[in-house]
Amino acid sequence: MAVIEVHGLRKRYGRHQAVDGIDLTVERGEVFGLLGPNGAGKSTTVEILEGYRPRDGGDVLVLGEDPGTAGRRWRARIGVVLQQANDSAGLTVREVVRHVAGFYPAPRDPDAVIELCGLSDKADAKLRTLSGGQRRRVDVALGIVGGPELLFLDEPTTGFDPQARRQFWSLIRSLAAEGTTIVLTSHYLDEVEALAGRLVVLAGGRIVASGTPQTIGGRTEESTVSWRDADGTHQVSVADPAVLLGELTGRDDPHLTDLRVQRRSLEDVYLDLIGESR
Amino acid sequence: MTTLTVPLPSTLRTGLSRGVVEVKQFFRERDAVVFTFALPSCILIMLGFIFDEPLDGYADVHVSQVFAAGMIAYGIVSTAFISIGVGISGDRDDGTLKRLRATPATAGAYLIGKVVLVTVTTLAEITLMLAVGVVLFDLRLPTDAGRWLTFGWLLALSIVACTLLGIAASSLARSARSAPAVLNLPVLALQFSSGIFVSIAALPAAMTAVSSLFPVKWMGQGFRSVFLPDGLAAQEVAGQWEHGRTALVLAAWCALGLVLCLATFRWTDRRTR
Ligand SMILES: Nc1ncnc2c1ncn2[C@@H]1O[C@H](COP(=O)(O)OP(=O)(O)O)[C@@H](O)[C@H]1O
Ligand SMILES: [Mg+2]
Repeated sequence: MAVIEVHGLRKRYGRHQAVDGIDLTVERGEVFGLLGPNGAGKSTTVEILEGYRPRDGGDVLVLGEDPGTAGRRWRARIGVVLQQANDSAGLTVREVVRHVAGFYPAPRDPDAVIELCGLSDKADAKLRTLSGGQRRRVDVALGIVGGPELLFLDEPTTGFDPQARRQFWSLIRSLAAEGTTIVLTSHYLDEVEALAGRLVVLAGGRIVASGTPQTIGGRTEESTVSWRDADGTHQVSVADPAVLLGELTGRDDPHLTDLRVQRRSLEDVYLDLIGESR
Repeated sequence: MTTLTVPLPSTLRTGLSRGVVEVKQFFRERDAVVFTFALPSCILIMLGFIFDEPLDGYADVHVSQVFAAGMIAYGIVSTAFISIGVGISGDRDDGTLKRLRATPATAGAYLIGKVVLVTVTTLAEITLMLAVGVVLFDLRLPTDAGRWLTFGWLLALSIVACTLLGIAASSLARSARSAPAVLNLPVLALQFSSGIFVSIAALPAAMTAVSSLFPVKWMGQGFRSVFLPDGLAAQEVAGQWEHGRTALVLAAWCALGLVLCLATFRWTDRRTR
C-alpha cells in the first residue's frame, strides 16, 4: 500500500480556494517533491496530510489512516518539520532533542541524531543563539528523533546560504538512504531536482505537472540547438537534435561556431508551467 | 515493527518532562522572572513603606502588615493566572504547541507541564513575598496548625482556579504580544476593587459587591485571615473571615475555569486553520 494516497483534496479559506482538487500518491521509500511558488498551496496541502488542518473535500490516507482522525500511534510514525518554528529558544540543542525524544515509544538516540544533523559542536548552545541554518537543522533533528517512517519537510532550506543547503541536502539523502519516506516542499527548483525522485508542480492550488525531474513538463521532448555562422546566430527547437546536427556538421561550413545542444532547463519548464496557471 | 508493540510513553511521564523544561525555560527568561515574579514584591515594598502607620483602632497592627498578607493573592494571580495566560499565548505564537501536536504528546501532558511550572513558581513567589513581609513589615507567621491548614486549602484552591482561568484567558488574546495587556487590565482592576492595593474597608459598597463575584477578593480576605490577628476580621466587608463562603466561591471558580478551559483551549491560533 502507498504511504500517502490523496484524491480530490480541496481546501478553501473564506472565498479563496487554496487547494483545488489534488491527487497524489507517494510510495514507501521515495523522496517526493511538492514544487510551487509562494501561495501555491504547498503548506496547506502538507499540513492537511500532517493532521493539522481540516479539509473541505477529498479522500486522504496517510500511513493507512485519515490524518484528521488519526491518534497518538499514528503521530509516533510521522515526523514533521514545519515551515516556521521559533519555540524552545531558551533550551539547548541537547535538552530539546532529548525532551522530544521522550515523547516517542522507540526514539532514535538523541546524541546520534544531533551528530547526524551536524550539530555536535552546538549541542550545548541555546537555540536562540543559533544561525538560521543551524536552527533549521534542529527542526529536522526534532522531526526525525522519533524515528519516523514518513518525514514531512516544508521549505526546509529557505534562507540558507549555498554551503548550508548542500550540507542539508546530504542530510536528507542519508535519511532517504535509511529508508525514510520523505515529502519535501520547496520553491527552489534545484533543491527538488537534487533530492526528489518524483515531483508535482503546484500552482494556484492545482497540480500543473507531475513526473520525475528528468521528464517533468515534457522536458525530454524538445531540445534547443543553437549555432553561429556567416548569417548570424540561430536557435531552433527540435524533437530529435541528431538530424539537425548531422545536417549542420555535414555542410562543412568554416564559419560554423558555438554549436550547442541544450535540453530545456528545469527552470524554463517550471516558469512555463506556473506562468500558464496565472 | 517495533513502534507498533512498544507502549507509548504515559501522559504523566511526558507531562513531568514538560514540567522540567517549562521551569528551565521560565527561569532562563530574565524578563519573565523580573516582571511576573518580582513585580508583586516590588509593589508590596512600595505600598508597605508608603502606608507604614498603625492601623486605626489596632495599636499592634500596621497597615503595611495588612497589605503584606493580602498581597499574597496578587502573587498567586501573577504566577498562576498571568504567567500561564501569557505563556500559553506565547506557546501558540512561537510554535511550541504546534510542534507538540504533531508528536504523540497529549494536551494533558502539556497541561501537566504547566501545572508543574505554576506550582514551582507560585511556591517560590509566596516564599519571596512572605520573606519581604516578615523582614520589612513585621508580618508574623502563624504558629498554630489551624491557620496553616487554612493556608493550605486556600493556596490549593487559589492556584487551581487561577491556573484554569489563565489557560482559558490565553485564548482571549489575539496574539502573544497583546496577551500581557489583555490579561493585566482585569487583574489590576480587581486588585484595586478587591482591596489588595488599597484597604478594603475604604472601598465603596457597590465596588466590593461587584468584586465579590470574582476570586481575588476572597483570596485576599483568606490570606489576611491566616496572617492577621482575628480582631482584624471586623475590617472585612462582612465583618468576619467567612472561610466557608471563601472556599465555596473559589471552588465554584475552579469548576467554571475547568469548563471554560475545555471549551476554549486551542492548539493553534486562529490564523493557522
Ligand atoms: N489560515 C489561512 N487563512 C487564510 N488564508 C490562508 C491561510 N493559510 C494559507 N492561506 C492562503 O492560501 C494560499 C496557499 O497558502 P499556502 O498553503 O501557505 O501556500 P505555500 O505554502 O505554497 O506558499 C495563499 O494564498 C495563502 O494566503
Ligand atoms: Mg508554505
